[in-house]
Amino acid sequence: MATNNKNLSALINPLSKDNPVIVQILGICSCLAVTAKLEPAFVMGISVIAVLAFSNVIISLLRKTIPTNIRIIVQLVVVAGLVVIVDQLLKAYQYDVSKQLSVFIGLIITNCILMGRLEAFAMGNKPWPSFLDGIGNGIGYAIILIIVAFFRELLGSGTIWGLQVIPQSWYEHGYANNGLMILPPMALIVVACIIWVHRIYNKDLQE
Amino acid sequence: MNKQSNIYTIIYIVVLAVVVGAALAFAALSLKPLQVDNANADKMKQILASVHITPDKADVISDFNKYVTEQYIVNSQGERIEGNAFDVNVSEQSKRPVDQREMPVYVCTLSPNDVKYILPVYGAGLWGPIWGYISVNSDGSTIYGAYFAHQGETPGLGAEIEKPAFSNQFNNLHLFKEGRFLPIAVVKAGQAPLNGEDKVDAISGGTITSKGVASMIDNCLGGYTKFLQSLNNNQQ
Repeated sequence: MATNNKNLSALINPLSKDNPVIVQILGICSCLAVTAKLEPAFVMGISVIAVLAFSNVIISLLRKTIPTNIRIIVQLVVVAGLVVIVDQLLKAYQYDVSKQLSVFIGLIITNCILMGRLEAFAMGNKPWPSFLDGIGNGIGYAIILIIVAFFRELLGSGTIWGLQVIPQSWYEHGYANNGLMILPPMALIVVACIIWVHRIYNKDLQE
Repeated sequence: MNKQSNIYTIIYIVVLAVVVGAALAFAALSLKPLQVDNANADKMKQILASVHITPDKADVISDFNKYVTEQYIVNSQGERIEGNAFDVNVSEQSKRPVDQREMPVYVCTLSPNDVKYILPVYGAGLWGPIWGYISVNSDGSTIYGAYFAHQGETPGLGAEIEKPAFSNQFNNLHLFKEGRFLPIAVVKAGQAPLNGEDKVDAISGGTITSKGVASMIDNCLGGYTKFLQSLNNNQQ
């Protein structure tokens, strides 16, 4: 029973209390880059979930054999390998999305969340909890990405998932899309607003 | 076995590198055909976009084969040379001196008496390459349509070149004035270019990308001067 709870918390905690983006402030860079539209943010989220879960499992399986002095290199090799495979799969099956994400898929390799989870969790835990931890953190990251992308796309382009939601009549009455929302700095501000709201409801996180 | 020994470490990393390398090679090789198909279909889509045809994903290849009736390569003298136009690397060719270039031409027949010539262009924006396709009427001077794309220009600024609002400005502009090749100028709204060439409005905040578009058109279409003139002569 105790292990079940531990597994469950590995999966659930990163969604809110221990969220990689808004609590640990990791992976901010990609959060700026891919959140101008919902679709790439969603695909980026899925890609990170997949890479994180599988690299966690692989590192966890290898954890007893990895020589300590090259463990970071081993982690990097595994992550880089998985990322390139994801990139190749996207190019083959989701060409339009891969064109949009272009270099950012490659940048998953340098996403701090990955190295953080591998070092902090997978190196010391069994494969199954590591898998759940990877899924949990990946979803925690994806949720924030999607929230940010939702606001940036809505206010910046007047669309959601590429569909026009702001009616044409608003534009005729002088409403204009906020061009600033499309630029990366606004992602930081939206993330900051999310952190603000999140801390209001989680008093124990307040400093 | 001592896991901290140098021998173990070296063997470990070598085995890991071989295993990961093999996995990557397998993935790359087995997915290659699909990726090439996707890239080709994407290129066809872009070529068709320059003649204002935007087929659904499933129809791209059949529409391309239907409308693009002929493809060939010309040199700077406007003479046809051997080779497969679709496989020409425009990026590489655009960097060569004009007289050594191999330049593709896609002949697009919209209806039996309505033939357009689609010419690829390639240049540099602010952050990376920009490229496009420009379709010219059979008089060799009037632009029928234009399509631009970019790799990583700033969204909302330089990236606006891919929007129809920008590319549609090129419709019906002229590349030749009194028999002389004058590329389209991209200038600040309200300004007029020096030599009296046709102009489009540049993008506010996207100055370097806009200039990139202008010099790309100058550089790439300049090579087609003789070819376009011969089209014009044939028609008269």
